[in-house]
Amino acid sequence: MADTLFHKVWNAHTVRTLPSGQTQLFIGLHLIHEVTSPQAFDMLRQHGWKVAFPERTIATIDHIVPTSSQKRPFLDVMAEEMTVALERNCKEFGIKLYLPDAMEQGIVHVIGPQLGLTQPGMTIACGDSHTSTHGAFGAIAMGIGTSQVRDVLASQCLAVEPLKVRRIDVNGQLAVGVYAKDVILTIIRKLGVQGGVGYAYEYGGNTLDRMSMDERMTICNMSIEGGARAGYVNPDDTTFAYLRGRQFAPSGAAWDRAVSWWRSMASDRNANYDDVVSLDAAAIEPTVTWGINPGQSVGISERIPADADQEALAYMGFDPKTPIRGTKIDVAFIGSCTNGRLSDFEEAARIVKGHKVATHVKALVVPGSREVAKQAEQRGLHQIFIDAGFEWRGAGCSMCLAMNPDKLEGRQVCASSSNRNFKGRQGSPSGRTLLMSPAMVAAAAIAGEVADVREMLEAVPA
Amino acid sequence: MSRILSISGRGIPLRGNDIDTDRIMPARYLKVVSFEGLEKHVFEDDRKTNRGPHPFGDMRYQDASILVVNSNFGCGSSREHAPQGLARFGINAMIGESFSEIFLGNCAVLGVPCFTADHATIDKLQSLIETSPETTIQANVETGVVTAGPLTFTAHMPAALRDAFVQGKWDPTMMLLDKFEDVRGVAKHLPYVAGF
Repeated sequence: MADTLFHKVWNAHTVRTLPSGQTQLFIGLHLIHEVTSPQAFDMLRQHGWKVAFPERTIATIDHIVPTSSQKRPFLDVMAEEMTVALERNCKEFGIKLYLPDAMEQGIVHVIGPQLGLTQPGMTIACGDSHTSTHGAFGAIAMGIGTSQVRDVLASQCLAVEPLKVRRIDVNGQLAVGVYAKDVILTIIRKLGVQGGVGYAYEYGGNTLDRMSMDERMTICNMSIEGGARAGYVNPDDTTFAYLRGRQFAPSGAAWDRAVSWWRSMASDRNANYDDVVSLDAAAIEPTVTWGINPGQSVGISERIPADADQEALAYMGFDPKTPIRGTKIDVAFIGSCTNGRLSDFEEAARIVKGHKVATHVKALVVPGSREVAKQAEQRGLHQIFIDAGFEWRGAGCSMCLAMNPDKLEGRQVCASSSNRNFKGRQGSPSGRTLLMSPAMVAAAAIAGEVADVREMLEAVPA
Repeated sequence: MSRILSISGRGIPLRGNDIDTDRIMPARYLKVVSFEGLEKHVFEDDRKTNRGPHPFGDMRYQDASILVVNSNFGCGSSREHAPQGLARFGINAMIGESFSEIFLGNCAVLGVPCFTADHATIDKLQSLIETSPETTIQANVETGVVTAGPLTFTAHMPAALRDAFVQGKWDPTMMLLDKFEDVRGVAKHLPYVAGF
């Protein structure tokens, strides 16, 4: 029977129906970090439980890592304590850990794919809502809380309920200067920040087919911002080409068997969906948020809606019917698990090259992993940013969520390539975030205000 | 583990849609290795910057144990620190228009049932608490029937969660470990676990 990838993966990983009625779902890959795991390990110790499959959990630190100097011990006493706790827990329970002194370290959602740990057909869980990122490979990847991290450590399983599946078809050619970030911001704007509650989003259509894995990861990453706990793209040749040769990817004869299993897990052509939505890629503009949730956005040529939410307007200090373009910024941030990958920096560097960051703007570029940093440096991208007046930092979550020294101050406005514009998200209780693509952040950094990157790209040969 | 059949207590009304977990528990309070003391920081930034008193700082709702919210409550970050903070503050149940998926699951594991009802019903309940904060709310997990002063309505909850509370099986680790040979069986049939 024709079926979706979601159901095939779900069924293959179902252990049984629990007495409560929930599904006991086997988790193929468990990723952990320093923020949401220490209490889980404490709970294991309290009960005398072991880690059931230690080889199926991989740990890194990302949220609390300072991006200026990553020398240990960290200056922040709590950051150091959390790191020491993770080191101790991983050692005690036999879990592989990548600290900043390891070349593999980085944001958990950047390193999983980069190391080839993330593979099609898997179930993946992590105590982090942006776990949906890994769905780009055709995996069912979900964010979980700390008690559930405990469950996965103890049993390699979760007690969960299945999701419905919404197919989101995006067809057509994206205009120059329009990126995956604009596509997902447009999807969330259209379906709402609650639209995905109860659903997994399956992204497809010829626009997605043509996208690189980096771009697909940007899209899947923000599924959760649309309320969908998981989002995925069916695995195809682009997926396999990305995985081939990576550290944890199968090789030799196993590679061919893996590819054939991965292909078999993709949604069948005539699969049934609980809902189907279509979008015209050609109609999408560079998109910028004006409010306090990721659904409150407009195209760069549009104005803030006349009926805009009052609470959001009051917090942002914006007026309805005014253009978002020309909004003065104080800080520019390029990085995060949404847009902290090599291709994000390549696109941003194209804009930045030969320009200077506006004198009133503090601008940061933060690679998503040490490997991304290395590759960007090999290509000389870091020098382009530094010459323009950006700070080139070490790998980590940085200013996406303010659990490290990179924070907004007061009512600063930040043009940000991250994923959340919630009140206080970037570390100042009154700080303001405008979400946009990395190229748009680069354009804003140079202009000193929200600008239309398409106009700057006209001057740059592709 | 205890069965959770009904919850009763005074309510605390918190109006607004899409209230995210960054607002419930600002990220700086996630720099901890335990959940102890998080109740002190619930809605800390909202309480400071709110125009007028925030319900969580309002003496009228002191000792309330049932939080009444609007739609998509607990969206955003998966941080369990948010429901942990609420539970440690004294919240034993929530009634709202809707809850984010991850938040709902986190609450369930803590033994905090979350009921849903339509906007008009929630609005009535919030108004009732605002005018009569001393009203006792009674919520029956098995039937979903909620009574509060003159108000009676039937609220919803996913069947599996309801059954988990009623049967005292809301903390799932023991169940997950119960038939561990089945877990090994599934693992053995997954090619990426067994080896391609």
